[in-house]
Amino acid sequence: MSDVKKFLYVNRKAPYGTIYALESLEVVLIGAAFEQDVSLAFLDDGVFQLTKGQKTDGIGVKNFSPTFRALGDYEVTKLYVEKESLEERGLTEDDLQEIMYEDEDDDWEEKPSIRIVSRAEMADVMADQDVVLSF
Amino acid sequence: MKIGVLISEGPYTHQAADTAFKFVTAAIAAGHEVPRVFFYHDGVNVATRLSVPPQDERNIQQNWSGLAKEHGTDLVVCIAAAQRRGLLDENEANRQGKDANNIADGFRISGLGQLIEMGIQCDRLVTFGD
Repeated sequence: MSDVKKFLYVNRKAPYGTIYALESLEVVLIGAAFEQDVSLAFLDDGVFQLTKGQKTDGIGVKNFSPTFRALGDYEVTKLYVEKESLEERGLTEDDLQEIMYEDEDDDWEEKPSIRIVSRAEMADVMADQDVVLSF
Repeated sequence: MKIGVLISEGPYTHQAADTAFKFVTAAIAAGHEVPRVFFYHDGVNVATRLSVPPQDERNIQQNWSGLAKEHGTDLVVCIAAAQRRGLLDENEANRQGKDANNIADGFRISGLGQLIEMGIQCDRLVTFGD
């Protein structure tokens, strides 16, 4: 039996207003040290976590959105974003940060970490996991 | 079956810690193993021994402390979430130069790695929260 499990972190809430998004990211960063097969899902208001141009000076909290761009260095390279959730909020992929990783199996070629999936495909992603942590 | 439990909402405000307690009690009674319960987000507030709910209400912290005493369940409070919210054990209080600690019997403060480890080692991870 393989001792690597498939972990999915489901992000459903806006980046600010509550602490769920930040504390989810903290779990992802700590969890990276355990060398599991990690994916992130962004749906509902969670898609706002990946938008570019976030400025938080006015609300006095830290802008943690740049941390998403470092996830590739932690070998977290699968960020599934639900297409319907984007559309329902008037967002497109162009509104999201560019998040890249270097593919060690493909001569370190730079590839996008964000994968836009339909609601039905997201269900398949979830069904495929061993451990789902929802924030 | 080996079941890990995550509680991610605060006591009294939210049902999560109560439902989780009933779930864990029932699971153990049914012969399952619940080696660890992990408290995250506002769930860490379950671990304060300074809460004083009215006498005709359930005492959520005492429920959990009693469970740990009876069954040896490992009650782990996330250190990062705990420090933000003022939950300290004696070591942390000393280290941070604070004049008091408030962690209840049966709980211990540790890192998020304990949550991941629980996910790896248990057959199921069950979350109680929003």
